[in-house]
Amino acid sequence: MFDFLQGYDLLGAFWVTVQLTVYSAIGSLVWGTLLAAMRVSPVPLMRGFGTAYVNIVRNIPLTVIIVFTSLGLFQTLGVSLGAERFTTINFRLAVLGLTAYTSAFVCEALRSGINTVPLGQVEAARAIGLNFPQVLRLIVLPQAFRSVVGPLANVLIALTKNTTVAAAIGVAEAALLMREMIENEAQLLLISVIFAVGFLCLTLPTGLFLGWVAKKAAVKR
Amino acid sequence: MPVPDGGDALVVLRGVDKHFGPLHVLQSIDLTIHRGEVVVVIGPSGSGKSTLCRAINRLETIDAGEIVVDGRPLPAEGRELAALRADVGMVFQSFNLFAHKTVLDNVTLGQIKVRKKDRKKAEERARTLLDRVGVASQADKYPAQLSGGQQQRVAIARALAMDPKVMLFDEPTSALDPEMINEVLEVMRQLAQDGMTMVVVTHEMGFARSAAHRVVFMADGRIVEATTPDEFFGNPRSDRAKDFLSKILHH
Repeated sequence: MFDFLQGYDLLGAFWVTVQLTVYSAIGSLVWGTLLAAMRVSPVPLMRGFGTAYVNIVRNIPLTVIIVFTSLGLFQTLGVSLGAERFTTINFRLAVLGLTAYTSAFVCEALRSGINTVPLGQVEAARAIGLNFPQVLRLIVLPQAFRSVVGPLANVLIALTKNTTVAAAIGVAEAALLMREMIENEAQLLLISVIFAVGFLCLTLPTGLFLGWVAKKAAVKR
Repeated sequence: MPVPDGGDALVVLRGVDKHFGPLHVLQSIDLTIHRGEVVVVIGPSGSGKSTLCRAINRLETIDAGEIVVDGRPLPAEGRELAALRADVGMVFQSFNLFAHKTVLDNVTLGQIKVRKKDRKKAEERARTLLDRVGVASQADKYPAQLSGGQQQRVAIARALAMDPKVMLFDEPTSALDPEMINEVLEVMRQLAQDGMTMVVVTHEMGFARSAAHRVVFMADGRIVEATTPDEFFGNPRSDRAKDFLSKILHH
C-alpha cells in the first residue's frame, strides 16, 4: 500500500521543514522581542517604527512576503544572504521572510504579556536605580515571557505550518514534496493523510510541551 | 523627639506644583527634610501626600517648582535620574517585590546591577539586611510565598541594600492585615533610631507620635501644619487638622 513512497525522501523533506521552523522561530523570537521593546520604549521614533512595522507586516499575506524575498530581494536587488548555491539562497530567503512575518505576531503576543506586568514592578525597579533597558530586560520581559508561553506556542504552531509557503520559492520542504507526489502518484487521499500526520507529529508535541512549560513558568502573584 | 543636631538640608522642595488634569494635587509645596530627620506625612485621602512622596524620586513628575536632593536638583531623566533613584530608597504600599525572583535576588539585584558589587558581597549584605528585618529564613522563597508583613520587610531590606541617603515610605502598612502592621512599624522604628532620614506617608498615628521628629499635615494639596508630633497631636492650630484628628482619634 505504501509502495509508492519509494524514491521519495519524505524524512528529508520534513527535516527541511523542521530547519525552516527552528531558524525562523529563533529569528522571530529575537526580532519580535526587539520590536516589542521598541513598542513600549519611551522614544517616540522607536515606538512609531515598531507600530508601523507590525501593522504593515502582519497585514500582508505571507505568500507575498516570501515571493518578494525571492523576486524582490534576490532577483532584483541581488541580496543572496551570503550563499552561492540556489537551494541555500532560497532556504535563507525563506527563513528571512518567515522571520520578518512571524516577528510581528511574536511582538504582539509579547506586548500583551508586558501589559500583564503590574506597574508597581516597573516602579520598584526604577526606584532602585535601574535604567530603562535594565528594567525591561531584568524585570518586565522575564515576567512577560512567562505569561505568554501559551500564545507563543500558538505562534510557533502557526509558523510550523506556514513554512509550507516556502514551497512557493522552491524550498524543498514537505509541501513541495507533497505537490510533486500528487503530480506523480495516484494516491491523492493517502498522500494528504501522510503529510497531515507528518505535521501533526511536529505540532502536537510542541503544543503539549509548551502547555506544560506555560504552567511551570507562570509567575505567582 | 527633637530634630537631630547638625542635620543639614537633605531634601528640599520649593514651590512644587502638580496637577492631575483639573485636580491641583500639590499646591506650592515648600518642605525641607534634614539629614537624620524622620518626617511623617499625614492627612485625609486625596490630600496629595502620596504624590508628594513619589515626587521626591520622580515617580511623579512635577509641573512647577524645584526638588533638590543632597544639594543636586532632581534630574529629569536618563542616567542621572537612575543614579538619584538609587540613592533614594522607596517602600510601596503594595510591596512590589519582583515576583519572578527569590527574596534574596530581590535584595541583591540593585547591588549587582546598579552598584556593581560582586554577587558574593551582595549576597552577604542581603543576608545581613534580611536578618535585620527578621526574614533571613525566607531568603530562598518567592515573594508570593510570604505574608504581607514579611514581603514589606523584604521590600525595606531591598531599599536599604542600596545604602540610600533617604528612605521614602508610601503608606507602607496600608495593605497589611492588622496583626502584621506592628512587625513592619517595628522595623521602621528601628531604622529611625539608627538615624536614617525618612519620609513616611502613613495613617499610623501611633508611629507618628513615637518615631517622628516632625509631622506634616496635608489637606487638599497643601501643607497645613508642619510641627512636632506633641504639638500637632496635643495642640493642633488649624481647624482642618482639628477636624481630621477628631475623626480619627475618637474611637
